[in-house]
Amino acid sequence: MNERTWNILVESFPRLLGYGIRVTVPLTLISYALAMVIAVIVALIQYADVKGLRKLCRFYVWVIRGTPLLVQLYLVFFGLPSVGITLKAFPAAVLVFGFNEGAYMAETMRGSLESVHHGQMEAGYCVGMNYLQTMWHIVLPQAFRTAFPALGNSLISMVKGTSLAATITVMEMFRQAQVINGRVSESLGLYTEVAIIYLLFCTVLTWLQRWGEKKLNSYGGQKK
Amino acid sequence: MMLEICGLRKSFAGMEVIRGIDLSVNKGDVVAVLGPSGSGKTTMLRCLNFLERADGGTMTFDGETFDLHAATRHEVARLRRKTAFVFQSYNLFLNKTALQNVTLGLTVSRRMDRERAREIAVRCLEHVGMADRLHSYPSQLSGGQQQRVAIARALATEPEIIFFDEPTSALDPELIGEVLSVMRDLAEEGMTMLIVTHEMEFARSVSNKVMFMEGGLVVESGPSREFFSAPKEPRSREFIRSVLNPKQ
Ligand SMILES: Nc1ncnc2c1ncn2[C@@H]1O[C@H](COP(=O)(O)OP(=O)(O)O)[C@@H](O)[C@H]1O
Ligand SMILES: [Mg+2]
Repeated sequence: MNERTWNILVESFPRLLGYGIRVTVPLTLISYALAMVIAVIVALIQYADVKGLRKLCRFYVWVIRGTPLLVQLYLVFFGLPSVGITLKAFPAAVLVFGFNEGAYMAETMRGSLESVHHGQMEAGYCVGMNYLQTMWHIVLPQAFRTAFPALGNSLISMVKGTSLAATITVMEMFRQAQVINGRVSESLGLYTEVAIIYLLFCTVLTWLQRWGEKKLNSYGGQKK
Repeated sequence: MMLEICGLRKSFAGMEVIRGIDLSVNKGDVVAVLGPSGSGKTTMLRCLNFLERADGGTMTFDGETFDLHAATRHEVARLRRKTAFVFQSYNLFLNKTALQNVTLGLTVSRRMDRERAREIAVRCLEHVGMADRLHSYPSQLSGGQQQRVAIARALATEPEIIFFDEPTSALDPELIGEVLSVMRDLAEEGMTMLIVTHEMEFARSVSNKVMFMEGGLVVESGPSREFFSAPKEPRSREFIRSVLNPKQ
């Protein structure tokens, strides 16, 4: 590696990391929060079999899971303006990432809710709790426990997925690397740096996921 | 008369599994519900607590009459406050400790403050011999221990009657005794109980009334002493014989 390359990389690393922390991380967290809200609502509607809405939820999951994320981004950012709906790049990305991952997480949550034995609900009724109380204190916590690893994986995959926002002009970490590269033509080095930073983020999340699972295990399985 | 059931009927997918059952329970009665598997015992209990909706029938409880088919949500809630249910598979809340399993019904549905709920729960858990496992999760307890916690949970809300659906059928033989002994204590203290069981010796010594069911009907009912010493119906006789000497 010659000295010019080295200097470029040393200079760009903190810059890229800065974009990662200031843009990629918030973009991920906001989108994930939206996805979680959507997932819980969509899963509960199906679990409780709310007539009418149930079909709508199935339709949503079907459409989202059957179309590429990149196409969804283009549709919302480049397509919708022609019917008068113009979104700024960042909110458009949040909406698409949120609704996209929300569909997958809804399926995770639905499966986890259904895996809670119906006897738990009945026992709740028998001690005098109503549907909502039993859902809140018994069924949802157990479902979240079951869903936790998969929900963690969704978060990790979303971190990486946000790089697609570059294609709709969101100035996040990957887009920033492209911009720098346009100036200095150092593809190998710059994209390696970006890859390392994504890896860093995902590694931290994996640790958190493991730590969380251990915490939650207190009532999980092991006999004492 | 504390509890009176008239004309209870229930079918599943066109198959009538409860075909008109009457039953009356006095305060302090321990009623053993006997009968071969598939005779509708579980379904009957579940209808009484509205875990299943009956197709017809009425229940008079404390002088108030409810329609077992058409009871409103409020009536169901009011009735459930006076009753408790012990399941064959315990159904302890898996994400709660033994103590929390017992307090939850008090703090959440009866809005009792935590301190008082805790006191009551500890007392109930002592009652069933589980005071040393307050903070254990169900997965850390044996089946017999779980069922005793479930009984403590049932006691905590001070029900007027407790329904038991084969409380010992899921237990290893060496764990059955501890659960039956708790139930025996409750009977002696005057708790009103409706118990589906296959433990004939227990039924004979603890219950004062028997209800023998088959094919969704009551074949014979009456005082336990008479039922076990001189069953009237041939089917009852056969059943007692087959349960007492399963190999013949
Ligand atoms: N949820 C259900 N759906 C369909 N059939 C049922 C259901 N529950 C019970 N049954 C049927 O009703 C009959 C009585 O069952 P059950 O009340 O469990 O009897 P028991 O407790 O005496 O063994 C059985 O034939 C059983 O197959
Ligand atoms: Mg049964």
